[in-house]
Amino acid sequence: MFFDFFKKRKKTSATKAKERLQIILAHERAANKAPFLDDLRQDIIKVISKYVDIDPKTINVNLQKDNSMEVLEINIPIK
Amino acid sequence: MSGKVLTITSGKGGVGKSTSSANLALGLALSGKKVVTIDLDIGLRNLDMILGLENRIVYDVVNVVEKACKINQALIKDKRTDNLFLIAAAQTRDKSAVTSEQIIGLTNELKKDFDYVILDSPAGIESGFRNAMLPADEIIIVTTPEISAVRDADRVIGILESNDKTQVSLIINRINPTLVKKGDMMSKDDVLQVLSIPLIGVVPEDSNIVSYTNIGEPSVLHKDSNSGAAYKNIVKRILGEDVPFMEITEEKKGFLQSIINFFKE
Repeated sequence: MFFDFFKKRKKTSATKAKERLQIILAHERAANKAPFLDDLRQDIIKVISKYVDIDPKTINVNLQKDNSMEVLEINIPIK
Repeated sequence: MSGKVLTITSGKGGVGKSTSSANLALGLALSGKKVVTIDLDIGLRNLDMILGLENRIVYDVVNVVEKACKINQALIKDKRTDNLFLIAAAQTRDKSAVTSEQIIGLTNELKKDFDYVILDSPAGIESGFRNAMLPADEIIIVTTPEISAVRDADRVIGILESNDKTQVSLIINRINPTLVKKGDMMSKDDVLQVLSIPLIGVVPEDSNIVSYTNIGEPSVLHKDSNSGAAYKNIVKRILGEDVPFMEITEEKKGFLQSIINFFKE
C-alpha cells in the first residue's frame, strides 16, 4: 500500500508505450489513407511560389474527417 | 468440400507466426479437420522444423506452382495425425519465384480436398506477404505487446482494409504477466485499444516453446503447456465455439515466496 502510493504517481512504461503508439498511429493512418498529400503539398509550393514569396516550411496541408464530411485544409502564410 | 484459407501474418518478424501456424494447423487437425499448411516464406524454410517434418521434404511449393510435380507429391503427411499435411517453402529460390495468381490457383485446388488451408506468411509487407494475404478467407494477425510489433500490425491492418479483407482477427502472443503487473508491458486491453480489431486469442510467454521447437513438437501436443492450452482455445474459436479468454496470471509461487508477497502487501 505504502509503496503503491509512490508507484502510481509515476507513469509506467506500458502507459507511455500505449500513448506513443496512439499518437504515431493516428498520423500514420491518416498518411496512408491519403498518400497523395505529400505530392499535393509539393505541387502547391511550386505553383504558389511562381506568384508570391512563400516559405515552404509554413505550408500546411491537412485532410480532416468530420462525421460524413471530408475537408481538405490548405494553409499558406505569405511572407 | 470447400475449405477455408486461413492466413497467419504479422508485419514484424519473430513474433511467432510460424509457431502459431504450426499450433493452429496441428490443433485443427487433432480436432478432426483436414488441414494443409503451406510455408510461404520462400527462401527461408522454417515451418517444417517446427512441425518436425524436415526430413520428409522432396518437393516444395515452387515445384508445385511450376508444375514440376503434382500437388500430391508435395504434400508431406504429419507423423502424428493423418489429418495434417505440409507443403514446404523452397530454399533455393526467392519470393519472386511465385506469383499471387499461382498461390490463389493452388489454394483453390486444395480447398476442394481440405477443410483448412493455412498459409504461413513471411514477415514484411512485400510480395511474399501479398501472396499469402490475397487468397485468404480469414486472416489472423500475430503481434506481441511490444511497440514495434503493434505498430507493424497496424500497418498490416491498414493494407488488409484497402484490399477489402474484412475477416481479420488478432492473436496477442508472448504476454508476460509479471511484466504487465509491474506496468512494464502493455496488457491485452492496452493492445486492443490501440489496434481495435477483434481478438481471437491471447498466448502467454512460454519458455518451453524453445524446447518444443528443438524437438519439432508444437505446444498443442504437450498437455501441461500454457501456450498449448491457449492455442487449443484459439482452435475452438476458429471452429465457432465461444470460449472465454484465458486469464494470464503469474505462475503460482512457492510457499516462501507467498509469505514474502504477503508481507509486501
